[in-house]
Amino acid sequence: MNELDLEETPRRLWPRLLPLAVALIIGGFLFAGLSLRPKEIPSVLIGKAVPEFNLPALPKRPKGLQSADLKGQVSLVNVFASWCVSCRVEHPLFMKLKARDLVPVHGLNYKDDGPAAMSWLARHGDPYDRVGQDLKGRVGIDWGVYGVPETFLINAEGRIVCKHIGPVMERDLEEKLLPAVKALRQGGVAKC
Amino acid sequence: MTAELGHYALVLALSVALVQATIPLLGAWRGDPGWVGLARPAALVQCFLVTVAFGALMYAYVTSDFSVLNVASNSHSAKPLLYKISGVWGNHEGSLLLWLLILVLFGAAVAAFGGNLPAPFRARVLAVQAMIAVGFLTFVLFTSNPFERLLPAPLDGNGLNPLLQDPGLAFHPPFLYLGYVGFSMAFSFAVAALIEGRVDAAWARWVRPWTLAAWCFLTLGIALGSWWAYYELGWGGWWFWDPVENASFMPWLAGTALLHSSIVVEKRDSLKNWTVLLAILTFSLSLLGTFLVRSGVLTSVHAFATDPARGVFILAFLIVVIAGSLTLYAVRAPAMKGGGIFSPVSREGGLVLNNLLLSTACATVLLGTLYPLFLDAVTGDKITVGPPFFNMTFGPLMVPVFIAMAVGPMLPWKRGDLLGAVQRLKFAIAAAVAALLLTLVLAYDGPWLAIPGIALGVWVIAAALEEAAHRLRLFRVPIAESMRRLMRSPRAAWGTTFAHAGAGMVIIGVVASSSWQVEKLQVLRQGESVAVGAYEFKFEGATPVAGPNYGAVRGTFRVSRNGAEVAVMQPESRSYQDPPMETTEAAIRTGWGGDLYAVIGDPTGDGSWSTRFYNKPMIHWIWTGALLMVFGGLFSLSDRRHRVGAPARRGRMAKTVKTAASMAGK
Repeated sequence: MNELDLEETPRRLWPRLLPLAVALIIGGFLFAGLSLRPKEIPSVLIGKAVPEFNLPALPKRPKGLQSADLKGQVSLVNVFASWCVSCRVEHPLFMKLKARDLVPVHGLNYKDDGPAAMSWLARHGDPYDRVGQDLKGRVGIDWGVYGVPETFLINAEGRIVCKHIGPVMERDLEEKLLPAVKALRQGGVAKC
Repeated sequence: MTAELGHYALVLALSVALVQATIPLLGAWRGDPGWVGLARPAALVQCFLVTVAFGALMYAYVTSDFSVLNVASNSHSAKPLLYKISGVWGNHEGSLLLWLLILVLFGAAVAAFGGNLPAPFRARVLAVQAMIAVGFLTFVLFTSNPFERLLPAPLDGNGLNPLLQDPGLAFHPPFLYLGYVGFSMAFSFAVAALIEGRVDAAWARWVRPWTLAAWCFLTLGIALGSWWAYYELGWGGWWFWDPVENASFMPWLAGTALLHSSIVVEKRDSLKNWTVLLAILTFSLSLLGTFLVRSGVLTSVHAFATDPARGVFILAFLIVVIAGSLTLYAVRAPAMKGGGIFSPVSREGGLVLNNLLLSTACATVLLGTLYPLFLDAVTGDKITVGPPFFNMTFGPLMVPVFIAMAVGPMLPWKRGDLLGAVQRLKFAIAAAVAALLLTLVLAYDGPWLAIPGIALGVWVIAAALEEAAHRLRLFRVPIAESMRRLMRSPRAAWGTTFAHAGAGMVIIGVVASSSWQVEKLQVLRQGESVAVGAYEFKFEGATPVAGPNYGAVRGTFRVSRNGAEVAVMQPESRSYQDPPMETTEAAIRTGWGGDLYAVIGDPTGDGSWSTRFYNKPMIHWIWTGALLMVFGGLFSLSDRRHRVGAPARRGRMAKTVKTAASMAGK
């Protein structure tokens, strides 16, 4: 071949439709991707006992949080901080949950300033039973926290059953966490 | 009040954009000059309105108006002014507004300075631009309103992520967007040409400056981003093949290909189909980049706030734009007949090879970026594709690009002589062989791949210089004659020389810094020293210092080489309050041979500190090379040819309107 003529456009339609087809296939995958949650890496702690810890209470607030507190009943542990914007999104939901008295929620105050956390709770309401202050984020590391907020479901033996990353939305609570709480209480296996 | 004004301006801008997207298009089809004429004022008014909206948001940031939710979530009264301003685009809503602002500025530039475009063609271009604007305006107004109020207003804001409080990052997004959005011009021109059913040399002459400008901005934006990562993140790396980085790199690769193929359209009236397709794909990849960053479908170190509703909206928009334009392409492509026939060994052939390789490289990056998503969707497995994949696939694809980019400019159009071109590159060949031998002697203990790597970089630079020397007939005619040639030769050709030499510098920087870097992690007590390659770092102690909105620990290190002191380096470890976060400020000392890089970490509790040092040979060649590439692009942009545009087509413009009118009449 000595000469090239690249302008010889394909007479048939289908080769010209190829870019469109590729684009649509990628589009389909992207659409599927929207409902996937790539950040929800299955935590290695699922099924394991909560790490040993003992955290002090927030200033002028009774009840700190330690591993022993998580044994004996099903509970939620919510990792929060006053500097975390998304925490404000999920917070009203925890307030409602407290009013409904379905399951105790404990707080893990992550890398926060004590007084700031207290005034944040005063402003937005305090839905927590116990709150442990993790000033340096040491306990957070043991729990595998890598973003705030995160919420853990703990069974009566003090084992981590599931982990929710990001703000808890109405749907997450009603369709995932609360059914799991119910299943655990009835002695069944919780799936989430 | 200002916030409401900004919001209102956006609503008005949407109405104007809707008119601009439809009426001029119909006008061009019907041959109605009045309707066609509407495009220009509409584009200018739209630009004014979006500017007002952007100004209103900036005003809210500068005056720290925390009754605006966006300001309260992302700003803080104690922040320095520069970061109050850059905070405007340091968040989802604001960055979209910046995207829009740049889009309408480009539109207004076509309206104001595109006087040499035939009116119906310009109307079509502006209508396509307005369609893109409609998509983004609806997105901003319905899912990401930056002017939402927060009542009662908090006393102070949440602050901007301290990592983003940095001059390098203050300007990284605007340049990146100027690049992304700049490619929308090439896209609009391509779609308008498909509607008209004609692409010719004059078309390429309009598209080229826009593509070149967008390419320069994108290159600068990517370079700034990687420079920021290098000195701010404190890992000493500068490119991580992270999905968000790839999102900006893919349009760059496609845009580089477009830049080269449009030369063929302009000079030889050939490769039209492919160039139009490439223009569509380049902008599609820019949109895909926006989608990947804003939707959170991929895991990335760039933790942007994500919201599924927004993802669905951008995806829908993406599909309308890309599928729409590609369908138009499928239907109309045969209308574009090309002229040039050429032999495989020719300037055209070289540019085709460049395009093939760059597009393949781009497809490889796309595959690697989306593969985790494909796998997750099909099997549910969660994986990440990291640097090993990209180094193994992308690297080998670029080697022939670099070998060929030296030869291509030496080949004549239509039919060339490969042997002759190679003979004309004898100086470059000698330089590359010399570099090979010299590296072999200096770095005989490997790594082996680095040796041809350095030679490749030298080959590209030397060939760029030799090609320029041939242009001047240097040393073959009297020096005065060469000087005359220097003044007369087109700037675009010099742009090529600079940009190609810049690429060679980037290669050398990448190869040298990754092959011969020395890294030391060490716990040091005051007075102790550590050897890093030929350098000795002595820890003089750490002292607390206070910044405007952070507290910090500053370490002092005396650096010596063979007993002679060469530098005092003071890295910092900063703690910000709003929001609480620790950042590292690496101390970097740039010398001729490379960078010394020092980081101070946490105290270990017994009086010693964790520290990290690097010696990175020639790493600044990466950014110097990138800047040289940008300079080459800008130099080429200043070429007279780009400014005097395409008078050749003016005469035919009346005919176009008439033909359109008669076609509509039928």
